[in-house]
Amino acid sequence: MTVPQHNAKVMNRFALTKRLVAALKREEAVIAGIGNTNFDLWSSGRRPQNFYMLGSMGLAIPIALGVAIAQPRRHVIALEGDGSLLMQLGCLSTVAVQAPRNLTIIVWDNGIYQITGGQPTASATAADLVAIARGSGIARSAWAADEADFDRLVAEALHDGGPSFIAARIDGEPGVGTTDRDPVQIRARFMEGLGVKR
Amino acid sequence: MNEAQSRPAAWHEVVLATLKSNNVRLAVYVPDRVFTPLIAALHADPFFTAFAATREEEALGIIAGAWMGGLRGTVLMQTSGFGTIPNALASLIVPCQIPALIFVSERGTLGEFNLGQAMVCKTMRPVLASLAVEHHTITRQDELEFIVDRSIKQAVATQAPAVFILSPLLTGGKVFAA
Repeated sequence: MTVPQHNAKVMNRFALTKRLVAALKREEAVIAGIGNTNFDLWSSGRRPQNFYMLGSMGLAIPIALGVAIAQPRRHVIALEGDGSLLMQLGCLSTVAVQAPRNLTIIVWDNGIYQITGGQPTASATAADLVAIARGSGIARSAWAADEADFDRLVAEALHDGGPSFIAARIDGEPGVGTTDRDPVQIRARFMEGLGVKR
Repeated sequence: MNEAQSRPAAWHEVVLATLKSNNVRLAVYVPDRVFTPLIAALHADPFFTAFAATREEEALGIIAGAWMGGLRGTVLMQTSGFGTIPNALASLIVPCQIPALIFVSERGTLGEFNLGQAMVCKTMRPVLASLAVEHHTITRQDELEFIVDRSIKQAVATQAPAVFILSPLLTGGKVFAA
């Protein structure tokens, strides 16, 4: 089933993040973008394979692409917000050209720059993120119709048939908790979680 | 001795060989005319994975992820591209202590014909100095391998980025065609 943006159910980011983490069984890497995307991943349970990006808005997907290229046998997931993705749309076409089968992009779309005060993003009124991803060349791009559809899309994506792009409309609830803000420690733990010695 | 044996290596051949000897396998670039022979050689050599990113900060994100995944990478850009990356340097590469290896084709000096390039060029070294990022301007081919090789090893050992500014004195630069 594929649904247009306006028919997708408005869900909750923390609830969906927990559903995602529960589906990870093979030490998949998860790279989360700044702000509430990070906070909800952090609060969904620490995993050594999680990378919490503290600055560099828009670069979670490029970082995930780099991990996916370096470790083709590990599935890699990028979590981003709509505002962050809109800042770095070109990365979708780079992903499409490189076409890593082990990469999944998940975008939480609440139509606002939530952490800065709720200013509207373009996706609130004009831009369809799934249409943008498909137009950028990522054929496997879909809106999650509801929670069960999100689970199904994630399960399909984790089979390394990607790259895949999943967008979920979410409510305006703030993130749960906050990450530690120690970039060196986050980076070192992530590398250890990926089995990499520097 | 045939011509290939007697001809001194071109600058881009030295860069390629030094990347290879240091096991730097990923090269992500935003295209540049002066770097064209290096980019072509990287694509032609199966040792390397080479591709274009749409923006320089995107390229930095990709090689940061690759490093964390165990793969060494480099980013190629021109001076104007450097103007787009201070945030990625200051909020990702430097604080996460990632040994990003960055080659900049220097525009904006020694015969520049575009004022925009000249102005961006003036910002480059002050930005790098303010972030305490190791950077070298390479003007001479006899110093090229030493600087690049030692700096890659230092970057990895000290977990810090290194920037190589390749001067028109080394590469020939881009000259006004009209």
